[in-house]
Amino acid sequence: MSNKMKNKTVQLSHGGGGKEMNALIQDIFFSEFHNPILNSEEDAALLNLSGETAFTTDSFTVAPIFFAGGDIGKLAVAGTVNDLAMMGAEPQYLSCSFIIEEGFEVAKLKTIVASMRQEMAKSGTRIVCGDTKVVPKGCADGLFINTSGVGRVLHKGISVKNIKQGDAIIVSRDIGRHGAAILMAREALSLESELTSDCANLWPVIEQLIAANIDIHAMRDATRGGLAAVLNEWAVASNVGIKVEESAIPISDEVLGLCELYGFEAHDLANEGTFIIALPQEIAEGALEIMQRYGHCENAAIIGTVTNEHLGKVVIKTPWGSNRYLDLPHGELLPRIC
Amino acid sequence: MCLSIPSQVVELHEEEQSVTVETMGVKRKVSAHLMPEPLEIGDYVLIHIGFVMNKIDKADALQSIELYNEIVEKMAAAE
Amino acid sequence: MLALKSLYQGFRDPKTIAKLAEMIAIEAAKCSEPINIMEVCGGHTHTIMKYGLNQLLPENIKFIHGPGCPVCIMPKERIDHAATLASQPDTILVTLGDMIRVPGSKGSLAEFRSKGCDIRPIYDPLDTLAIAIDNPDKTVIFFAIGFETSTPMTAVLLEQAEKRNIDNLLFHINHVLVPPAMDAVMADPQATVNAFIGPAHVSVISGAKVYRPAVENYHMPVVVSGFEPVDVMESILRITKQKAQGVAELDVQYSRAVSEEGNLAAQKKNEHFFEIREDFRWRGLGPIPNSALKLSSQYAHRDAELIYADRLPVKEIDDHKACQCGDILRGLANPKDCKVFGRGCTPESPLGSCMVSSEGACNAYYRYNGV
Repeated sequence: MSNKMKNKTVQLSHGGGGKEMNALIQDIFFSEFHNPILNSEEDAALLNLSGETAFTTDSFTVAPIFFAGGDIGKLAVAGTVNDLAMMGAEPQYLSCSFIIEEGFEVAKLKTIVASMRQEMAKSGTRIVCGDTKVVPKGCADGLFINTSGVGRVLHKGISVKNIKQGDAIIVSRDIGRHGAAILMAREALSLESELTSDCANLWPVIEQLIAANIDIHAMRDATRGGLAAVLNEWAVASNVGIKVEESAIPISDEVLGLCELYGFEAHDLANEGTFIIALPQEIAEGALEIMQRYGHCENAAIIGTVTNEHLGKVVIKTPWGSNRYLDLPHGELLPRIC
Repeated sequence: MCLSIPSQVVELHEEEQSVTVETMGVKRKVSAHLMPEPLEIGDYVLIHIGFVMNKIDKADALQSIELYNEIVEKMAAAE
Repeated sequence: MLALKSLYQGFRDPKTIAKLAEMIAIEAAKCSEPINIMEVCGGHTHTIMKYGLNQLLPENIKFIHGPGCPVCIMPKERIDHAATLASQPDTILVTLGDMIRVPGSKGSLAEFRSKGCDIRPIYDPLDTLAIAIDNPDKTVIFFAIGFETSTPMTAVLLEQAEKRNIDNLLFHINHVLVPPAMDAVMADPQATVNAFIGPAHVSVISGAKVYRPAVENYHMPVVVSGFEPVDVMESILRITKQKAQGVAELDVQYSRAVSEEGNLAAQKKNEHFFEIREDFRWRGLGPIPNSALKLSSQYAHRDAELIYADRLPVKEIDDHKACQCGDILRGLANPKDCKVFGRGCTPESPLGSCMVSSEGACNAYYRYNGV
């Protein structure tokens, strides 16, 4: 049965529920995402979950759709997979909904779907159900994607409320790359650089930490709001003080350059493949080694400690000894970055 | 807001009266309309809202840095 | 060839900063009177607060944060001008990024944009040319802000518009000058400022020469400083040494970028395209004569203030009664002295000019306050 997409662009009819939509789904989505559950094409996917299960959702509206280091598809998979991973849960199944603007190029859609397949392969994650809508021109900016994810919790007890005084704070790599990459990709600023987003599926390195029985107290990937947002949320949620050493925070030259040029702080910029852990001081070095050696986190670093001073606040110490509060960023820094 | 990092001229675009500068790996095109003399590749310049404002005197900068190093060493020796 | 990083890293070296702090303490001990330094430029306020330099200084040296933030000193009625212009049919208002966040009496430009006005924040004034060319059936108005540093860029934009006959591009000029602001601060008999850190990039354009009158009139040191923490610390050291010796001189610490004469080509463009405006009201400081610019009369055909004069609001709008910005800008009060600091007045909802942008004193204190 010929179910090939004949058009070069997506039309309203492709969302109509009829032959054309079938062609779109089979030729573009199922050809890449196929697995027994998805292929059964029932009204709902039947899953066999046992024990504590993590469940999360995220919508992706990033502009531009293609950027250095990824695209909206890679982001849609990594974003949701990472949210599960941050709870110590194996990212098993995803749902995936596409809202496509009439006129969107089929070739671009194929590239995005291929990105998604590649990213899922890194964690063995599968898309088991989905939905497709096509909206008239002007009603969506090219393409919006929503992914929801479920998975069994392998390492229990990870929580923002679980941070203890004396804990060490580790960051997995140099910060601010995604926000910087999106800023670069926006034509209006006409910049050129080698910088790429850090967008990545974090399950492989988290799996290593879980397998090594690392006692993770809290863990979070630093998305919008950057490192500053995570640390502030933690300080408040666990009612602790967090102190970081400015010189210990890894930042790449390119991100630093961009921040210098535009007056941003790297710790305010978004990330999509960088995470932060709070864990007991004694095992911090060990965790670091696992991350660096097996998790490809070569730039992972211990950046601070949890204290009992200035509860609910984050303090940053400069290389020459002065201290100031590291506050939540505010205002319209960069709209539509994820 | 004023930003202080100097940039380096890496390409010239004489017809457009502009140059490409690089700052820590980030390249962009900026206007040279305010520079009375032509710029050269390798010049260090200060940029403000997309324009070259002036050239940084590299020798002066290096001299200052050397002076600071001396101050630090002298104090360190005295301790 | 010198790597770019090593060129500026030297001006951020922690050891140098620590040593300069020690040297400052030694000189300050020789001074019988307190040293009250005003840094005029918002960028310097930012450096001082971000790097916590004020925590490294001895008790008798105090900072008074000056009015060097062009967004902060924009009076509300002129923000209302921008909103009125943006609300005209088939009009695009273009301005530099930070400006859209400041509330006028009816809201900020960002809020007007969300209601449907075409308001575009940009980083580079020349982008306005492209907007005007791409929208020939619209009127594009450049709402120009900034001190002497930014004025020549507006001049080039105007020059290009004239050269290329881009007729749909108009200007609303709000450029202001530093030396008259310094005079306004000193005019208050209660002013406690007795030394100035001269702005970095204003001086690149205008030359250090523009501060000579201040040195002569007020008999106080003016040291023109770079933006890096080492630059600022070295400038404070030079001021303290002058005080200890009882002298008052103009000194350029930022010698790698600032000369006595400045950028003459840029100054020439300013002189051709702009004239000094007799009156201009500064938010917080009030009216300061001859402190701002307008388009030269030969460019009246591009002056939005003249063309839309019948529509632009004239009523002066004062700040909230509780706002102490006027006193803070003159060094008579500290942000923490203000009753609404951090309470009714925050960076998200600023009541006065000092809280508005990251260069304002209250904003810097709020965000970077030492621990």
